[in-house]
Amino acid sequence: MSKPLPHDRLIADLSRNLKPVRRVRPTRLVLLWLVVVALFADFFAIRADLHVMMAHLMLQPYMWLAAISSALTALLAVIAAFMTGMPGRSPRWALLPLPALAWWIFEGGMGFAHIWRLPAFQDASMLGAEYSFGFILLVSLPLSALLALLLRRTYPLRPTLTATLAGLAAAAAAATLLNFFHAYDGSLADLVAHAGSVVIVIAGNRLCARWLIR
Amino acid sequence: MTAESERQLAGLMAAAQGGDAASYQRLLKGCLPLVAAVARRQGVPPDQVDDVVQEVLIAIHRARATYDPTRPFLPWLRAIAERRAIDALRRRGRQAGREIFDPLTYENHPDGEETAEAGLDREARVAALRAEIASLPPGQRQAAERLGLSGQTLEEAAAETGRSKTALKVNLHRAVKALRARMGVTPTDGEADDV
Repeated sequence: MSKPLPHDRLIADLSRNLKPVRRVRPTRLVLLWLVVVALFADFFAIRADLHVMMAHLMLQPYMWLAAISSALTALLAVIAAFMTGMPGRSPRWALLPLPALAWWIFEGGMGFAHIWRLPAFQDASMLGAEYSFGFILLVSLPLSALLALLLRRTYPLRPTLTATLAGLAAAAAAATLLNFFHAYDGSLADLVAHAGSVVIVIAGNRLCARWLIR
Repeated sequence: MTAESERQLAGLMAAAQGGDAASYQRLLKGCLPLVAAVARRQGVPPDQVDDVVQEVLIAIHRARATYDPTRPFLPWLRAIAERRAIDALRRRGRQAGREIFDPLTYENHPDGEETAEAGLDREARVAALRAEIASLPPGQRQAAERLGLSGQTLEEAAAETGRSKTALKVNLHRAVKALRARMGVTPTDGEADDV
């Protein structure tokens, strides 16, 4: 092992040319990301048929409840991601999105249980599921990238945990935005598409966790 | 550490965030005993505590923008120190897992440095070679000394001796052939005419 530098020399090196720093405010970073998500929503709202969207969502309570729970999961996950990126804050912040996530999973299960009882549930087309899968992956990509960029302002001591939460936030936000074009229909294919794409986005973010470290 | 000294460190950090180098130096020096204590408490071996302390100092430097002066300073510092200590322990664990304890291999591994016996043998061979070169005819001796021993290029040797490059090459070839014959060295395939 190489002999370490004397502490005094390292301290002198670190203090030399010290520049003022802008304090990291996690609340502002959360708001910034949410504004970008809102811009995405605005962009999609222009292109989507909002009457059709509302009609689909109101067909069954689980459909709009799934949309609300995914939005809440995204909001709480992004707060948790930034809080775990701040040294000295409790790692228990990571538990924040779990109730909303459990609710989202529950509503997904409710939808599947509802469809299962219908006589023609086997006829459900794969088209909607493929669309869901592709949409969540594609929209998650820029949202994850922006989140990673903003998280680099923080100093995550547990980068994998922070990246997991960031992935969950991006995937949940993308799943919420998907409702503009395709409401969660509760079919097995759609359920697998949602769950699969969310897992892939989280896994992708975890793989890039090292990039969060400055 | 008292609440007063914690407030003092927090004040120094706030000043450092504003670019005050003197406060920053005082802060980092003030953090040293605390960071070392955290590292020891986490189980970092004594010979690695200094390394962890320095990693923590660098981490403090990179993370200084994340400190909120309205919050207590010590939990912020302790979180960084504990995490870096755990990282150091994990790194050490991985390293220990890769290294193998095999004393026989260690003993038998040549250490690259010449042994005293090999050194004496080499010196004897060099002396014998020099003696043989000294007994060569003048032209061959000159070529062997300049091109073989001194490591001069053909151009340099030709310029200094006033002989042509071809003459030097021929003399070197003859000298090598004569030395091989005198010292009982059998040329390997393709080596006989390699001058």
